[in-house]
Amino acid sequence: MVFSFRTIILREIVQRKGRMISGLMAITLGIAVIVAIQSVTSVSRQVVAKKLDLLGANIMVLPQGATIDDYYTADVDAPTFPEEYVERIVTSMIPGVDNMSPKLSRRIKIDGSSVILTGILPMKELASKPIWQASGLIGAELELACAPSENKESSLTEADLKAVRKIVDSLRNDEIWVGSSIAERFNVKTGSIFPIEGQTFEVTHMLPETGTIDDNRIFAHLHVVQKLLGIEGQVSNIEIMGCCSEISDGLLGKLRNILPDTRITTIGHIVNTQLETNRLMAKVALVLLVIIILVGSFSIGNYMWANVEERRKEIGTLITIGWGRRHIYWMFFAKAVMLGLAGGILGYLVGTSAAVILGPYLAGLNIDPVLNYLWWSILVAVMIALAGSWYPIYRAARIDPAIIMQEI
Amino acid sequence: MIDIRKLTKTYTRSQQQVHALYDVSIKIEAGSFAAVTGPSGSGKTTLLLSLGGLIQPSKGAVNFNGQNLYSLSPSQLASFRNRTIGFVLQTFNLVPYLTAVENVMLPMLPLGGNGADLKKQAVNLLDRLGLSDRKDFFPRELSIGQQQRVAIARALANEPDVILADEPTGNLDPALAEEILDVLEDLNKNRSKTVILVTHSPQASARAGIVLKLREGMLVS
Ligand SMILES: Nc1ncnc2c1ncn2[C@@H]1O[C@H](COP(=O)(O)OP(=O)(O)OP(=O)(O)O)[C@@H](O)[C@H]1O
Ligand SMILES: [Mg+2]
Repeated sequence: MVFSFRTIILREIVQRKGRMISGLMAITLGIAVIVAIQSVTSVSRQVVAKKLDLLGANIMVLPQGATIDDYYTADVDAPTFPEEYVERIVTSMIPGVDNMSPKLSRRIKIDGSSVILTGILPMKELASKPIWQASGLIGAELELACAPSENKESSLTEADLKAVRKIVDSLRNDEIWVGSSIAERFNVKTGSIFPIEGQTFEVTHMLPETGTIDDNRIFAHLHVVQKLLGIEGQVSNIEIMGCCSEISDGLLGKLRNILPDTRITTIGHIVNTQLETNRLMAKVALVLLVIIILVGSFSIGNYMWANVEERRKEIGTLITIGWGRRHIYWMFFAKAVMLGLAGGILGYLVGTSAAVILGPYLAGLNIDPVLNYLWWSILVAVMIALAGSWYPIYRAARIDPAIIMQEI
Repeated sequence: MIDIRKLTKTYTRSQQQVHALYDVSIKIEAGSFAAVTGPSGSGKTTLLLSLGGLIQPSKGAVNFNGQNLYSLSPSQLASFRNRTIGFVLQTFNLVPYLTAVENVMLPMLPLGGNGADLKKQAVNLLDRLGLSDRKDFFPRELSIGQQQRVAIARALANEPDVILADEPTGNLDPALAEEILDVLEDLNKNRSKTVILVTHSPQASARAGIVLKLREGMLVS
C-alpha cells in the first residue's frame, strides 16, 4: 500500500488495538443489541399477521404453567395433560365446539440438529371414537362456523398448512408431513424414507414455507409420537375450533370447569400478548438507543481523549515539520469516522448473527438478516463516534507545538 | 537572508514577567552556519522556535527574505515551515509506529504528489545518510545515532533552505555527535543550506562561521 494519511491512521489504530477495542465495545454491543431486537420484533410482527391468517383454531387448551408469550411455541416442551381430556370435551356436549385437534410437541435431535416433532390426531380417528359416534355428530358434515372452510385440493398450498394446523383428515402410522426448512435441511422429498428415533417413516407431504417455527416441524400420528417419546396417553395442547358467538357466551368458562389444571385461552388473547411484547420491545429498543448514544459516545470520547493526550508530542512534531492544523484535524476526524464505521459494521454483524442463530430457540422465529439495518447501524455508530470525539479533536488541533521542547 | 529585529518574548508566570528573549537583533546571511550558545534557560530554544514560526513573539519581527513571518496566516506559516525549514530536535521525535522511510515521508504528505515518487525521494535521502538498509526499520529497531540521522533525513524531506537544529547531539556520545555534526557541516558546505545550531558543546560551535551567545534572553556577542 502506498504511504498516505490513511496509512498513518490505520497503523496507529492497529498499534494500540487493546485500548481501541475497549473504546469501541460500548458502541458495538449497543448496536448489536438494537439490531437483534429490531430483527426479532420486525419478523415477529410479520409472523403475527401471518399466523392469524393461518390459524384454523381459535381456542387453545394448554397445561397450567405453559407460557403463552408466543403462540407458535406455546406447545413445545410444555408440560402435558391426559389425552383423555379430548373425550371429556366430546362427552360434555358443550355447544360451540366445532372441532378440535390434540397435539404433542417435543424438541428432538436428528443428526445433531434440532427439530420439533409434533404428533397430531387425524380427524377420522377422533370421529370414530365410540363416544363421538354416540354424540350423534358422525355423518354430519363438520362445517366450521368460524374457521376458514377446509381445502380439498390436492396440490400443496398454504391452505394445506391451514389444514394441518386445523385438523388432518387421516394419517398413517408410518407417514410424516414435514415443514419446509426440515425438507431443505435433510434434503427430503415426497416419498423419501426418513428415520426418527430408530423408526422409519415415509414423507407424504411437504408443507410450504411460513416463516414460523412450523417450518421446523415434523408432523406424525399422535399415538406414534407418544410411543416414540415414551409419554403415552399425554398431550401438550388441544386446539379447539369454537364458534365465535359461543366464545363470547362463556365457552371458555365451561371448558375450564371440565378440564382441571389447564390454561384455556383464545388465540386472540395470545396474539395480543405477543403484540404487547413487541410493543414493549420497541420501547426497550428506544430506551437502549438513548443509553447507547450516551455510553457509546462517552467511551469513544474517553478513548480519543486519552489518544490525543498520549500523542501530544507527536502532534507537536507534525505541526513543527509543517503539517497544518487542518491536517491534524482531518487525521483525527477520519479516525473517529473509521472507528464509527468499524463499530457499526461489527455491531450489525454481531446483532444479526445473534438474532439469526438464537431467534429460532428464544423466539421460535426464523430470522433473516436485514441489510437495511447495516446502513442504520453505520450511520448511528459514526454519529456516536463523532459526538464523542469532537472535543478531543478540537483539542488536538490546538496543541502548542512548543511542546516539542519538553523532554520525553 | 534571516533578519531578526528587536525580538522579545515575555512569559508571565504568577504575576512575574520572564523575558525568554529580550530585544534580540541579528542578521543571518543565506548559506551561513551559525551556532547559538548560552547557559540553560538563556532563550536558545525560544529563539529557534521563533525563527521557525512556532512561537508568537511579544515584540519585534522575524523577516525571511523580506517577508515578516508573523504577518502570515496560520496555514501560510505551516506551509512556510513545511517548504523552507527543516527542524532537527534533541529528542529526534520520530513517530514510533512508522518506519524510517515513512517518517521521512511525513513532511511530504501535506504537499501531495505521487506516493511512489515520494517514497523514492525518501529512500534517496536515507541513502545519503547511509541508512539505505534500515529504511523499513521502526525507530525502536534503530540505534540512537541512526534515529537522529532519520530525523535529519526527515528535516531534509522537502529540500528546505534552512536547517534549525536544537541540540541535535545532546543525546549522543562524542563519536556519534561528531558524525551528526559532519552531516550538518556537509549540508552547509556542499548543499548550501543555512544551518542554525543550538548547542552547549564547544566542538560544535567551533565548526560554525558565526557564534551567537545568549544570556538571560539577551544577545551578548
Ligand atoms: N511556555 C513557557 N512558559 C513560561 N516560561 C517559559 C516557557 N518556555 C520557556 N520559558 C522560559 O523562558 C526561558 C528560556 O527558555 P528556553 O527554553 O528558550 O531556554 P534554553 O536556552 O533553550 O534552555 P536549555 O539549554 O535548558 O534548553 C526560561 O527561563 C524558561 O523558563
Ligand atoms: Mg532548549
